[in-house]
Amino acid sequence: MSDLQLLLAISLVMPLLSALAVLVFSNQENIRDICGPVGGLITFISAIFIASAIMDGKTVSITLWQIAPGIGFSFAVTPLGALFGLVASGLWILASIYTVGYMRGAKEKNQTRFAFYYAVAIHAAMAISYSGNLMMLFIFYEVLTFSTYPLVAHSQTKEARNAGRLYMGILVATSLLLFLPAIFWVWTVSGTLEFTKGGILPADFPPFLVSVMLAMFAFGIGKAALMPIHRWLPAAMVAPTPVSALLHAVAVVKAGVFSVLTITVYVKAGVFSVLTITVYIFGIDFLNTTGSAVWLAWLAAFSILASSIIAITKDDLKARLAYSTISQLSYIVLGAALATAAATEGAALHIVMHATAKITLFFCAGAIYVNAHIKKISELDGLGPKLPLIFIAFFLASLSIIGIPPMGGSWSKFLLMAGSVDAGMPLMLAVLAISSLLNVYYLLEPCARAFFKPAIKDVHVENHILTIIPPVVTAMISLSLFFTIDWVRPLTTLMVMP
Amino acid sequence: MLILDNIPALLVAIPLLASAVVSLLPSARIAWGFAFVTTLICLYMAFELVGIISSTQALSYAFGGWEPPWGIVFVLDSANVYLVLLVAFVSVIATLYAYTMLAREIAVEDLPKAYAVWLLAIASLFGLAMTGDAFNLFVFLEISALSSITLIALGAGQDRRALLAAYNYLIIGAIGATFYVIGVGYLYAATGSLNLIDITDRLNELGTNQAAITGLAFMLAGIMVKAGVFPVHIWLPAAYSYAPSAVSSLLAAVATKVAIYYFARLLFGIFIDITQLVDFFLLYILMPVSVLAIFYGTIAAIYQSDFKRLFALSSIAQIGYITFAFSLNSHSGISAGFIHIINHALIKGALFMAVGIFALGIGSRATMSSMQGVGRQMPITFAGFVLAGLALIGVPLTAGFISKLYLFKAIFETGNGFYVALIALSSVLSVLYLWKIFEVMWLKEPVQPLKIDKEPASAYLPVWLMVGVIMIFGVYSGEVISSGIGAANALIGAR
Repeated sequence: MSDLQLLLAISLVMPLLSALAVLVFSNQENIRDICGPVGGLITFISAIFIASAIMDGKTVSITLWQIAPGIGFSFAVTPLGALFGLVASGLWILASIYTVGYMRGAKEKNQTRFAFYYAVAIHAAMAISYSGNLMMLFIFYEVLTFSTYPLVAHSQTKEARNAGRLYMGILVATSLLLFLPAIFWVWTVSGTLEFTKGGILPADFPPFLVSVMLAMFAFGIGKAALMPIHRWLPAAMVAPTPVSALLHAVAVVKAGVFSVLTITVYVKAGVFSVLTITVYIFGIDFLNTTGSAVWLAWLAAFSILASSIIAITKDDLKARLAYSTISQLSYIVLGAALATAAATEGAALHIVMHATAKITLFFCAGAIYVNAHIKKISELDGLGPKLPLIFIAFFLASLSIIGIPPMGGSWSKFLLMAGSVDAGMPLMLAVLAISSLLNVYYLLEPCARAFFKPAIKDVHVENHILTIIPPVVTAMISLSLFFTIDWVRPLTTLMVMP
Repeated sequence: MLILDNIPALLVAIPLLASAVVSLLPSARIAWGFAFVTTLICLYMAFELVGIISSTQALSYAFGGWEPPWGIVFVLDSANVYLVLLVAFVSVIATLYAYTMLAREIAVEDLPKAYAVWLLAIASLFGLAMTGDAFNLFVFLEISALSSITLIALGAGQDRRALLAAYNYLIIGAIGATFYVIGVGYLYAATGSLNLIDITDRLNELGTNQAAITGLAFMLAGIMVKAGVFPVHIWLPAAYSYAPSAVSSLLAAVATKVAIYYFARLLFGIFIDITQLVDFFLLYILMPVSVLAIFYGTIAAIYQSDFKRLFALSSIAQIGYITFAFSLNSHSGISAGFIHIINHALIKGALFMAVGIFALGIGSRATMSSMQGVGRQMPITFAGFVLAGLALIGVPLTAGFISKLYLFKAIFETGNGFYVALIALSSVLSVLYLWKIFEVMWLKEPVQPLKIDKEPASAYLPVWLMVGVIMIFGVYSGEVISSGIGAANALIGAR
């Protein structure tokens, strides 16, 4: 086993070890709560080494055995996977710190169980990142779904349970009805499922069937929350905030995104899967020449605008962020569907940019709830001076999502726009522009109210330091990504290099 | 070498003779020991046969030196040698399981006789799997039916409804066997032969012959009854649910599978050249019937609260998957069917065994209301049960996934999206009944203390042996896949 394989093994096993440690130390709160951050740090460092090896053009892979002909139980890091591994593990460190602050501040019950499943979910997200083939991606996609159920239904209220059921129902049903059969289909026509640059479908595969197959993936990966498979996402938001954030930022929304951290991770895993499939199964050139993904671009455009409009109508802060997330996820699907080099690069970078920005917003929403016990935007008036750091972080993250320099989000939006032009679909420019305007409206409103409106009532405000540091840190990361884009760009360039 | 040369005959003869000896033994424990050793010897011989077939491809054993087509032959090739191994393996495990379970479910003085019938049933299954003679098959069919009925009726000590179930099986099974033998009669009239290979040759010379076609139709109908194919499955749910649990697991695992194998051999090995009938039958009868079986079995299972009956209904659906794969009339379809025969036998055997242990634990039938929280009270058995359940759904890294993979491959090769949608939909539905069971057994609080001190190790060990094989076949699937492809090669030639 080479050093790189060892690192790969560490980054996959560490979250599981951390989960076990949480169980072992369930009675010693302080030790238990340090397991997450330490595990996250080790995983993140491994992910950095793996990413830099990939940038140097090395291959990092482990094959344990063959499940069936052409389907190995194997991990092989693609440039896109290396990038997503960084996002998932990096956000885990912050989210686990934040989770402790949130859970202790809000005195949630069953903190051990939460921390345990959280670590398992991260394991799944890491395994999704480093999957060597489509089957492995599917297996850990399902692990992610099941491990997040206890997180979504955490508070065990009737509402949370119903949400959990809706969430599981939609995600499991779509994956079994569409995602898995599509994988079988690919295997039948290609004889393999390995991620390969340029795709693995035979060149004479009929364009119409490509569209059908693409649809099975796009809707089968319910975590990508593409309309009309998006209802589970707002429902999952009744979960205690940490779940919402992970779902959104890292895995559930992009792999789908989990808990504050969980939802963040969870959603990203969904769009990551969609992007991986377009790049390594279909191949962007193949999609581009056959034009089989044009319909998906239009659907994504619709999803972007429709969910932004719904977001405007929401007064509940987390619900608004949820719809904003659906909209932003569709950016990534759009980038995948445009299938040009610039657009897919933009989509890959948007996973990073949106993850850091959206997790900041969810951290803020949670922090506002824990410190001031407010959930509604209309009650935020005059709160800014009392929680200045949180609202400044919120403001910066909003700017990043809108795509204004000097925030990281401006790069991905720029590349997506360039990609629309390359793909010969300039109308998509208009869609992106209108969406930015809508973002301005619904994301800046909370800050505007907090800073410029007089306080309606006297709110008692606490200041739990563990809930304030993480959003500030992620906001700073979001800011610095504008200047350090060259650190991650080589990965996306490698991804689209012929 | 004398023994090695005569393995096909010994595989039937040894359990048959042992059965006579066992019935005379004085104590239940000695009887069990004798039966268990017998099944172990059969397993060893089955392994020998697999070795022989993998080097020589096919083996024809003529009884008493009477060469075919005059004498009776046993024919072994890669279509049935793995089935023989499967029957042998499941017999060993089920006999092991019977040690604890059968003793608790039927009267002690009946046990030696029960083991005698048990061995008789096993002998007939080997015979069914190997014979190359149409009429000899009928004989084994009758032995199998009578011994199964006796074993099912033994469940009457627990629940009197077992008698009715056995009686129904007797009547319906007899009708099926009669249909089969009528078919053999027609065929004999048309070809003048009973040897299956000889029949194939003569049918080719005859060309289209109404008597032969009528004969085939009767034979297929008769075999479908034995195989539990919808809609002539009606004996099956009651028989499996009221039989003693050891009997249920043996029958559910292998009894119908042997009939399905023969069904496939008739269609693809013997009558394949009568395309007029075979193509019509596959497309317009077997395929719709299989789809109905899948949905009927799955949906009825969702609304069923008695566990054993639920899994019996699920068996109807699973047999539907196998016959659906056959009905695609392609090399990959036949491979998929044979792969699922093996996997489903192991999965369903393990599930029935686990349910039997649960019922033993609470001292009454396992139902949705009596099973609340039992998973927490019997965690070792429950863990094996859950893994087998996951395999039944076809979760990756279990044997069930390999079945699903090859079934979908066969479907995609037909290029028909409608079939894909149907099968995908049914697999989502099957998640529902298993989730229901999981919710009841694990998420609910236990309502009553167990009737036994702890889970009997001699009962859950067999479950875990089956589950172990299921998991190994999910991870190292090469052998199972090549057995399925080998079966298709043997029946319709290599592709």
